[in-house]
Amino acid sequence: MSDTPIKPRPRVGLFATCVMNAFRPSIGFASAKLLEDAGCHVSVPAAQTCCGQPGLNSGDEDSARALAKQVIEAFEEFDYVVGPSGSCMATIRHDYPNLFADMADWRKRAEALAAKSYELLSFLTDVMGVTEVDAEYKGTITYHDSCSGLRSMGVKGQPRQLLGSVKGLTIKEMEDTDVCCGFGGTFCVKYPEISEKMADDKLANAAATGADTLLGGDLGCLLHLAGRLRRKGSPVKVYHTAEVLAGLADGPSLGEENR
Amino acid sequence: MEFRSPEFKTRAVHALHDANLQKALSNTKAGFVVKRAKAAEEMPEFEALRDTAAEIKNHVLANLDHYLEKYEAAVTAAGGHVHYATDAEDARRIILGICKKANAKRITKGKSMVSEEMSLNEALIGEGYEVVETDLGEYIIQLADEPPSHIIAPAIHKTKDQVADLFAAAHNKPRKTDRAELVAEAREVLREKYFTAEVGITGGNFLVAETGSSVIVTNEGNGDLTQTLAKVHIVTSGIERVIPSLDDLSVFLRILARSATGQETESYTTFSTGPRREGDIDGPEEYHVVLLDNGRSKMLGSRFQDMLRCIRCGACMNHCPVYGSIGGHAYGWVYPGPMGSVLTPLIKGMDGTYDLPNACTLNGRCKSVCPVRIPLPDLLREIRHNQFRQDMTPKRQKQALKLWRYVAERPKLYHFAERIGVRILASMANGKGKLRSLPFDPGWTGARDLPAPTGRTFLELWQAKRGDK
Repeated sequence: MSDTPIKPRPRVGLFATCVMNAFRPSIGFASAKLLEDAGCHVSVPAAQTCCGQPGLNSGDEDSARALAKQVIEAFEEFDYVVGPSGSCMATIRHDYPNLFADMADWRKRAEALAAKSYELLSFLTDVMGVTEVDAEYKGTITYHDSCSGLRSMGVKGQPRQLLGSVKGLTIKEMEDTDVCCGFGGTFCVKYPEISEKMADDKLANAAATGADTLLGGDLGCLLHLAGRLRRKGSPVKVYHTAEVLAGLADGPSLGEENR
Repeated sequence: MEFRSPEFKTRAVHALHDANLQKALSNTKAGFVVKRAKAAEEMPEFEALRDTAAEIKNHVLANLDHYLEKYEAAVTAAGGHVHYATDAEDARRIILGICKKANAKRITKGKSMVSEEMSLNEALIGEGYEVVETDLGEYIIQLADEPPSHIIAPAIHKTKDQVADLFAAAHNKPRKTDRAELVAEAREVLREKYFTAEVGITGGNFLVAETGSSVIVTNEGNGDLTQTLAKVHIVTSGIERVIPSLDDLSVFLRILARSATGQETESYTTFSTGPRREGDIDGPEEYHVVLLDNGRSKMLGSRFQDMLRCIRCGACMNHCPVYGSIGGHAYGWVYPGPMGSVLTPLIKGMDGTYDLPNACTLNGRCKSVCPVRIPLPDLLREIRHNQFRQDMTPKRQKQALKLWRYVAERPKLYHFAERIGVRILASMANGKGKLRSLPFDPGWTGARDLPAPTGRTFLELWQAKRGDK
């Protein structure tokens, strides 16, 4: 929970993750809808690009620092920074301050931004106090806990709580739901065979639940898993949790043919 | 031990296609992960003990010289000898010297990963000694002429049938398939070795500065027989394994077994303090401790000091989905999995170890179970930073990062490029929703389709609809 009392209509800067921006605009609109329904004023700064994680995880700290500065400048005016990704938001929350260990000014600004940065669903429940949504989804879903969200941002019960309020939706938990799916950013292209094995382990657990839909909170993992499902000709649908919660999961799922 | 980390990629792919290995690895979960979770849950103070354990280790590392001197004085007072080895070669020289002086022919060994680090078996065998590993797992892989693939379960990659074949060939006895019978057969063969060995070599899980004791924890009791029945007992351990007192030891003993195997305690916890004293009914005549540095003192005071807290429980690899997919041999040296991917580049050097810290999804499961709270993903990422600074990152990747940064630092250019990109990909997908192949594919479409973009970016749609700045 946030320490400061919630303003009547907090100003939220929506962090449009680079993968979402390119591959799945509906997640952005779903995020905005959920935030506005919760009483937030949502803005999408045009000066944003990427959080810098690819550089940070590939050893290129300078690039990560440069992009972190850009994100800080674009978002520090807002009451909160919220993004539909545990991974990007964990970078802002946990890594940004460390990037500026030797730069007191920037470190202060990074810490201030980190303190008000949240993953979407945990923000809705833990900060805005949302307990249910007004949405319907006819199907049985299984939810994959993406690693950064789970371990760095404490996202576990929140999506399940909100999904529990969706009419017509049944949740079936899979085995090892907290085990990595094998995406891992550039890992999935650097070590594609290991990544494939991890995806298959994850998808076997998902299939064992009999769910017709796989949900998750990080689009990187979902593109990877949906891509593997499509390659194997599986009919299982993949959506971002926010799409279902916002009632925007009526279009083609990830990798599905236009209907 | 042979250094094969440079072959990580090919060995990993090979491991993925090894049906026996995959079968053996699939048992790890029930064997380790489930049991550890249960053991941790059943002990209310488990999380607090992890904090205490990390604090004790941090205190020791901040005062390592003091505790090593204290430990050495206590060992000496008990009639033992402490030897400091700067590297593997130095350690081999010291141990060969002790064995020669003891007129040894046969040497029994309890499990010791530090002795693997020293390539000790190769050196002893090269000098004509008969070396017998007495830990069942180590014994199995010695028969198979393979290195360990796990730090506490060295033969975890072997199936029961493979062990049956190895025993039948080595023992000249009818092939057995029952687990208990296989264990009994190894026991019988090993029993005779304990009584006839002149030197027994064990590891040392903990070195207690207060008493000068070395402590080993085992499940088979083989370590006890190794160290009490031979004339000379040699302990091999790392300089970082010293702890202040028996009280501190009790903290570690409570978390080690739970983290490693999910047991409340191992079957045997054995203390060795010096050689046999007057009136003792058994015990060695000589007691030596060989403390290996091998790069550890360089880690002190560095960004990697946290790694020296490691108590070698194996929880990180048991919970690592990459280790669980490829097993330990792919990592190519003594220590596999997350802890090995940090240690190997630090001990063996950056050359030939590029893949180890990179073949990790940074999913953090290892960190979440480490009993001494080593931030393994952070350390792995730190090594990637060192690789980048030392210009070891592959050229293509560096160029890609440079281009990505150039574009990402220019939002207008970035969004323009993304708009073009999504239009091209969407038109290539032609309403099918996915792409089976990509031009300039970096490695995505070998086993996966790429879910196709819809043709417009979120920002352009948002701006058209809502007109944000």
